[in-house]
Amino acid sequence: MAQAAETRKRGKTRLTNEPEGLDRDHLLRAYRDMLLIRRFEEKAGQLYGMGLIGGFCHLYIGQEAVVVGIQMALGEGDQIITSYRDHGHMLATGMEARGVMAELTGRSGGYSRGKGGSMHMFSKERNFFGGHGIVGAQVSLGTGLAFSNAYRSTDRVCVTYFGDGASNQGQVFESFNLAALLKLPCIYVIENNKYGMGTSVERSTASHDLSKNGAPWGIASLQVDGMDVDAVKHAADAAVAHCRAGKGPFLLEMKTYRYRGHSMSDPGRYRSREEIQKMRSERDCIEGARHRLETLGMDEAEIKRIDEDVKRIVQDAADFAQTSPEPDAAELWTDILVEG
Amino acid sequence: MATEILMPALSPTMTEGKLSRWLKSVGDMVRAGDVIAEIETDKATMEVEAVDEGVLSAILVPEGAEGVAVNTPIAVLGEGATASAAPRAAAPVAPAPVAVAAPVAAAPVAEKAWRASAPLTVREALRDAMAAEMRANGDVFLIGEEVAQYQGAYKVSQGLLDEFGARRVIDSPITEHGFTGMAVGAAMNGLRPIVEFMTFNFAMQAIDQIINSAAKTLYMSGGQMGCPIVFRGPNGAASRVGAQHSQCYASWYAHCPGLKVVAPWSSADAKGLLRSAIRDPNPIIFLENEILYGQTFDCPTDPDFTLPIGKAKIEREGTDVTLVAFSIMVGVALKAADALAEQGISAEVINLRTLRPLDIDTVVASVKKTSRVVTLEEGWPFAGIGAEINMQIVESCFDWLDAPPGRVHGLDVPLPYAANLEKLALPQPDWVVAAVRKLF
Ligand SMILES: Cc1ncc(C[n+]2csc(CCOP(=O)(O)OP(=O)(O)O)c2C)c(N)n1
Ligand SMILES: [Mg+2]
Repeated sequence: MAQAAETRKRGKTRLTNEPEGLDRDHLLRAYRDMLLIRRFEEKAGQLYGMGLIGGFCHLYIGQEAVVVGIQMALGEGDQIITSYRDHGHMLATGMEARGVMAELTGRSGGYSRGKGGSMHMFSKERNFFGGHGIVGAQVSLGTGLAFSNAYRSTDRVCVTYFGDGASNQGQVFESFNLAALLKLPCIYVIENNKYGMGTSVERSTASHDLSKNGAPWGIASLQVDGMDVDAVKHAADAAVAHCRAGKGPFLLEMKTYRYRGHSMSDPGRYRSREEIQKMRSERDCIEGARHRLETLGMDEAEIKRIDEDVKRIVQDAADFAQTSPEPDAAELWTDILVEG
Repeated sequence: MATEILMPALSPTMTEGKLSRWLKSVGDMVRAGDVIAEIETDKATMEVEAVDEGVLSAILVPEGAEGVAVNTPIAVLGEGATASAAPRAAAPVAPAPVAVAAPVAAAPVAEKAWRASAPLTVREALRDAMAAEMRANGDVFLIGEEVAQYQGAYKVSQGLLDEFGARRVIDSPITEHGFTGMAVGAAMNGLRPIVEFMTFNFAMQAIDQIINSAAKTLYMSGGQMGCPIVFRGPNGAASRVGAQHSQCYASWYAHCPGLKVVAPWSSADAKGLLRSAIRDPNPIIFLENEILYGQTFDCPTDPDFTLPIGKAKIEREGTDVTLVAFSIMVGVALKAADALAEQGISAEVINLRTLRPLDIDTVVASVKKTSRVVTLEEGWPFAGIGAEINMQIVESCFDWLDAPPGRVHGLDVPLPYAANLEKLALPQPDWVVAAVRKLF
């Protein structure tokens, strides 16, 4: 816990441009992964605007440091589960941009062969368990993934992401109780982006320090600057060590922000443009990482190369998502039950 | 290189909109994320953000223009644009309407003959089934309220804690939504949970996880994430426990693709079907009945005894009318058949055993023989199991019917507490006799 306490201090007090923290290689990887998510989401927004993506589409722009920082603390076999705002989580686990984008366009090359959509994708291979559309449901499910680790006596952990809005659901508290009672290796990550659709945390939640939400069950926790990938990685290290040591669940509250609307059809009248602009210009995780890379002596050309690389991956994904065929009509009747 | 900015779709239903205001003028430098225009959609006024960078070189649709179709070019980003041109959406091609028929179920296999049998209560049969499967597979575990130390609220899990220990027989706090979701998550990662609901009335707290998570994930994941899990417990009326503890949920669950729904009557049904349910790779709703727990039936003793899910059983052969029942109503149907025999009417009694997938073939074959049918269920009539079965009969063998299909069901009221009223609300053998007589 000493380490955790120290991380808490760091998380709260560090400035985004402090040059200590992640080494050059890790920072470079973080920069690249965050940029990939950002560019991917921008492209998804664009394809939505062209009518190529339908239904609900929840972009992750602004929150990239959270999934990227946490992913860096995880190992092979650890599980991830989240809500419908899931594109960033999938890319962070190493799922391919092509498969994610093709699912957004509802094509056979998508991770769910076009049958899930933006909110419902999975990858057994990358241990990504979805992609869930019912606010809060993934919290009990993630607790169950952690249960499976404990049952099998592995040292794997499950990272269970949910929003500030979801944090008020009854089953979240039921899960906290179960996880603490059964000492399950579950890292609960509240991505507090200040709003659940149009309702601010102040208007939805009587408690204003969500990191304390697990306190009645003695769940160890940290409140973290979720716009700072360094701080996220450090806090995640502490949480992972805690869970792997068999000490039960851990709660991370990530203070973060989404720049775009709740979904594509959000008129966004519940907050001012100035508020968004201020976060974008002063706290942006990608700008922060880029700045730090420069301080570490990274030259402009190298960064440019990453930018180009990311752009190429995203364009390739967008092309694939438009050329991959729609699922065969026979797909309608498959995967309802496992046969045999 | 110039980039066209297209009229965006800003909601799932938008096909056109009004371009109410331009916030940038020709000649302005535009950066990604800048608001360039306001558009009125079918729902609200929305801001349009630029995706690319460059100098706005032309505005193609003036302020105030209405009915601008999605994907119409509305402006051009000129020289200095850094991003490549957005790919134009191909004109949407209407999918050719193809009628895709539901796959036809494979021909049913004849039920195996199990030789020796011995008397066993339904309660013991359920316990024995769980114990056998837990011995065979270390991934099978039981979780629920009072299942371990208390030995089960209805003593169904008697002895399991002793044999398998607290790791595999888990007393849960009273937290249906939470532990159901937890078990579903464990199943998604390959474990095989048996979730006991103290009664199915309390599963309403958890029905979101059962339907939205357990039943739909295989489909939504394109076949990647299965959910091998059994949800079991008493369903329907017990005795004098009032409206909140007496509901039959058969039609609720049978409604949903992605689930199998099993409703045993006898000890053999209970044991054979529960073993198959635990082995099945899909989510299974296993509807037991508290009143049946203490009833004794002959049950095969073969250690390999199982029964196939999806196959009905003809409990009594007859020639004049078909009675279709499940769970405790099978007993009611058999009593009615006795009474009808005295009146010279030969009734065939079908024990459905499984509600989804429904063995409609067995039902239809019987109706083709008898030309008359009455369904039985303890639950409410509206959108009930009887409604569904009778509709399927009408669809498959209307011409064989000599009378309209009939149904016997619980009365359309919350179940009352008073002994006399409760009895008036639940199907009795003489209701069945009366319903059959109306068909002649
Ligand atoms: C049980 C349930 N209620 C309501 C909704 C509709 N809904 C979808 S997202 C959302 C807001 C959730 O906000 P939050 O948990 O903060 O996550 P964020 O969208 O900010 O990532 C609502 C109300 C839903 N999907 N599920
Ligand atoms: Mg939120």
